Amino acid sequence: MHNSEEFKIPFGPQHPALKEPESFSVALKGEKIMGVDIRLGYNHRGIEKAAEERTYIQDIYLIERVCGICSHAHATCFIQAVEEIANLVVPKRALYIRTLIAELERVHSHLLWLGVAGHEIGFDTLLMYSWRDREVVMDILALLTGNRVNYGMNTIGGVRRDIDPEQIQQTLKAVDILEERTKYYIEVATQETTIIKRLSGVGVVSYDDALRLDAVGPTARASGVKRDIRADDPYAAYAEISFDVITDDHCDVYGRTVVRVKELMESYKIIRQVLKNLPEGPIAVRAPRMIPAGEALSRYEAPRGEDVHYVKANGTDKPERVKIRAPTLANIQAVKHMLKDRYLADMPIVIAAIDPCFSCTDRLVSLSHIDSRDKKTITWPELHQFSIEWHKQQGIDFTQLNKQLEERLKKC
Amino acid sequence: MLREVLGSIFKKPATNRYPAQKLDMPDKYRGKLKFYPQKCIGCKLCMKDCPTGAITINKLDEKKFEALIDLSRCIYCAQCVDSCPKKALEASGDVELAQLDYKKLKVVFRAD
Ligand code: SF4
Ligand code: SF4
Repeated sequence: MHNSEEFKIPFGPQHPALKEPESFSVALKGEKIMGVDIRLGYNHRGIEKAAEERTYIQDIYLIERVCGICSHAHATCFIQAVEEIANLVVPKRALYIRTLIAELERVHSHLLWLGVAGHEIGFDTLLMYSWRDREVVMDILALLTGNRVNYGMNTIGGVRRDIDPEQIQQTLKAVDILEERTKYYIEVATQETTIIKRLSGVGVVSYDDALRLDAVGPTARASGVKRDIRADDPYAAYAEISFDVITDDHCDVYGRTVVRVKELMESYKIIRQVLKNLPEGPIAVRAPRMIPAGEALSRYEAPRGEDVHYVKANGTDKPERVKIRAPTLANIQAVKHMLKDRYLADMPIVIAAIDPCFSCTDRLVSLSHIDSRDKKTITWPELHQFSIEWHKQQGIDFTQLNKQLEERLKKC
Repeated sequence: MLREVLGSIFKKPATNRYPAQKLDMPDKYRGKLKFYPQKCIGCKLCMKDCPTGAITINKLDEKKFEALIDLSRCIYCAQCVDSCPKKALEASGDVELAQLDYKKLKVVFRAD
């Protein structure tokens, strides 16, 4: 291929460099990226729609599964909105336990990211070490919540499990080990030449651009934007806890690494304060099954950035609408900007540096005709009709089942 | 980094020799469910709250119930345990649930 000619190559949906499938179309001139077209939607799972058809209690577990890593983040964010609509006053102890799990989750997420970032730049030794140390926090999460991932710790009106003094001791011990290890990772991140050379100047997004493109979380903070919901709009117990918002002015992937490893230290600080000041009292209040009509928007600082949930209730036991804005969606525009005029080889690490979670982000699929690239909007009933006919063509008839479904819907 | 790498050569592996060496699950870990048919009153609250429809309670006789649990659907959230007013359900630490035969994942608990 001639260097002067521009050509397009698909990157994904299935690509060895991406842990999750997502489709990028890269315009290249030689090795240089001229532009990136991101087509979200490959992982669309219809979670928002599914949430409308389940009760609030069932939704907790569904929403928890929006993301396997920030599961507590999504569940808490959703529950906060529901609690606001229902006017529930959550006991202090519950808020502290939520904060504790949230920070443990951040620790496990950042350690996981550190490993993935190492892997993307061919530094697999780092992956092995950080994932080994991540097991310490995973064990603590399993001990406290009863699950390694998707903890199921939250319920509307509080938390489902209390923690006892012995668990507090074990958590503190684990935090000591992790802190020791994190100090070492800070050393690695700031002194190891492999990391500094490979990550400096890669995926640059300036302070102004980070603001303009609405970057969130560590991506924004690494460009010097002091943006952290825990400090800006405190939820759970964050208002009573002192911690620093870590920022960095490198504005590149290196800066994002530094922000994340330093944030780990802040998380340990928060965990220690929570465990020390854990108030006595109940861990939950009784929540009604029917949530009164109303709407609420809730924000939460997930490990990847600001997570936003909107819930609209109509007085029944099922929400009328749930809208989720995962942090990756906010950061994805910045990725486009970061990749422009860079080399193709930087693409995996630049994408990985926002710690993307594509399944959480995909809220819609857009299908265009393969030849004409025509797009059109179809309504829900049309889609329904289309699916029935499509299945009929495949020899599956849903008429009988549909009748049953309609009868059931009528009853509701 | 080099020091760490060299030091690791002499450490024992971080991984366990599974299955020879079993994992210890913490107390109250949410594994396979247990059902106590004597305690169940058949209110079916567990069925109502289960997010996946994994549990089904059938009435066998007057005051006799059986529970059908589809382990392939269960997400081990233990919401049913919380919802049950009679503590007829309990989560056990049993996590070795892999099966070659799909049918074996449907478990029936019944009082005999
Ligand atoms: S543990 Fe959760 S998914 Fe499994 S049966 Fe109980 S409520 Fe259903
Ligand atoms: S909630 Fe408990 S008592 Fe009620 S049907 Fe289920 S197992 Fe039985």
